[in-house]
Amino acid sequence: MAEFRMPSLGADMEGATLTTWMVRPGDTVKHGAVVAAVETAKGIIDIEIFEDGVIETLLAEPGAYVAVGGSLATYRSLSPGAVPQAATAVIAEPAPAATAKSALGPSSAAERPPMAAPAAVEAARAAAERRLVSPAARRRAAELKIDLAAVRASGTGGAVTLQDVERAAASATSAPPDMRTLIAQSMSRAKREIPHYYLATTIDMTAARRFLDTWNASHGVAERMLDGVLLLKAVARALEKTPELNGFWRDGRFEPSAAINVGVAIRLRQGGLVAPALQDTNREPLAALMRRFQDLVGRARAGRLHRAELTDATITVSSLGEGGVETLYPIIYPPQVAIVGFGGILLRPWCADGTIRAAPLITATLSADHRVSDGHRGSVFLAEVARLLQRPEEL
Amino acid sequence: MTELRGDALRAAVVDALLEIAPDVDAAALDPARAFRDQFDFDSMDYLNFVTALHARLGIDVPEVDYPRLASLDGCVQYLEAAATRGAKNGPLD
Repeated sequence: MAEFRMPSLGADMEGATLTTWMVRPGDTVKHGAVVAAVETAKGIIDIEIFEDGVIETLLAEPGAYVAVGGSLATYRSLSPGAVPQAATAVIAEPAPAATAKSALGPSSAAERPPMAAPAAVEAARAAAERRLVSPAARRRAAELKIDLAAVRASGTGGAVTLQDVERAAASATSAPPDMRTLIAQSMSRAKREIPHYYLATTIDMTAARRFLDTWNASHGVAERMLDGVLLLKAVARALEKTPELNGFWRDGRFEPSAAINVGVAIRLRQGGLVAPALQDTNREPLAALMRRFQDLVGRARAGRLHRAELTDATITVSSLGEGGVETLYPIIYPPQVAIVGFGGILLRPWCADGTIRAAPLITATLSADHRVSDGHRGSVFLAEVARLLQRPEEL
Repeated sequence: MTELRGDALRAAVVDALLEIAPDVDAAALDPARAFRDQFDFDSMDYLNFVTALHARLGIDVPEVDYPRLASLDGCVQYLEAAATRGAKNGPLD
């Protein structure tokens, strides 16, 4: 028997609330299958199992808060020669008291009898399918005496999430405090531990704009592209030549990453931001990357990201878009070792070939970790980004 | 190509808007004011909005015309003209 545990969805996560079970006891699951959805400050996240198996017992009920590493379910492994192990073993054996706290059941998952009642699972499933109110939100609303009908929903399919309830309760503040706290923790750690260095350069976007105008004039709305996708692809391609900016600082040393998964900083409507990863950003053709980018932004804003998207980013790109600000000085998101910032594209005088003309310009900045690289390598990287953006058709 | 006009068309535009930004308060929407100023729309929101309009109304708005879709009034005006033009050119479209 193996245990399916609450995975860590980032260094800043301590636990999450189980929202929905996608499986029931007796179900056969494949490696990579989504078995549950959990709610964190970053939204509702689908979590997968990383082994073939048969689900035996569901240990946590929807609505229960489970710490990272806490048991969610048991399953029988079907992997050949499998050693019984946790699907996502982050903490080998957490103290039972810290495993689960639920307002409904006993304080510990270990003490709780196996949840075998199919009716309860069925009811949870039906509720999830209607996607009206997450169980966690319903309970919290009851605790806070909030009328659910008056709460504005931000979840997928118009679902009221836990955050919506919290927000309604703290109607004076626009940002959910959980998200703000998470950002503060990550950024404080970055400022404390990472010796940043900063570089900036101005890039002529005339060729990139012309390429996009031509493309968008000749393609239907479903195939159109935004400037952002060119920037993401150029960063990813430039990283192929400067691998010391792509990876993680862990346990006192740099772990370069073979995969280039650019994290995209996405502003959320209710305040705060998330930076989920676009996996293998450097390998995807532009048009396909654009559709994934669009999908990622949509799901991030709906609070519906996948686990891997929250954990796999090897660098982050933050782009202020058309807000009119010229330069961004980003802070590295630990354990990453670099972050790239882009200001808005602004019409400015540009000197080239002995003349001055008005050109759409963008300021690209790099904040990088001095424990891993230095200014020279950083400048090689930014110069490569600039060069790639002069030939957008080759991206 | 849509046959919607006037209030029905306006309602369809609001539906598309709510699909992109479910947190928008439709009752408080100022029809003459740009979405960008009211809801902090970014370029991705606009692209999704135009995509949603296309799905609902069958009108594929060229990128050069995006500025004309800046507000609710602008949308209704532009889409009505586009639908009328399309209906004249090809009634079975």
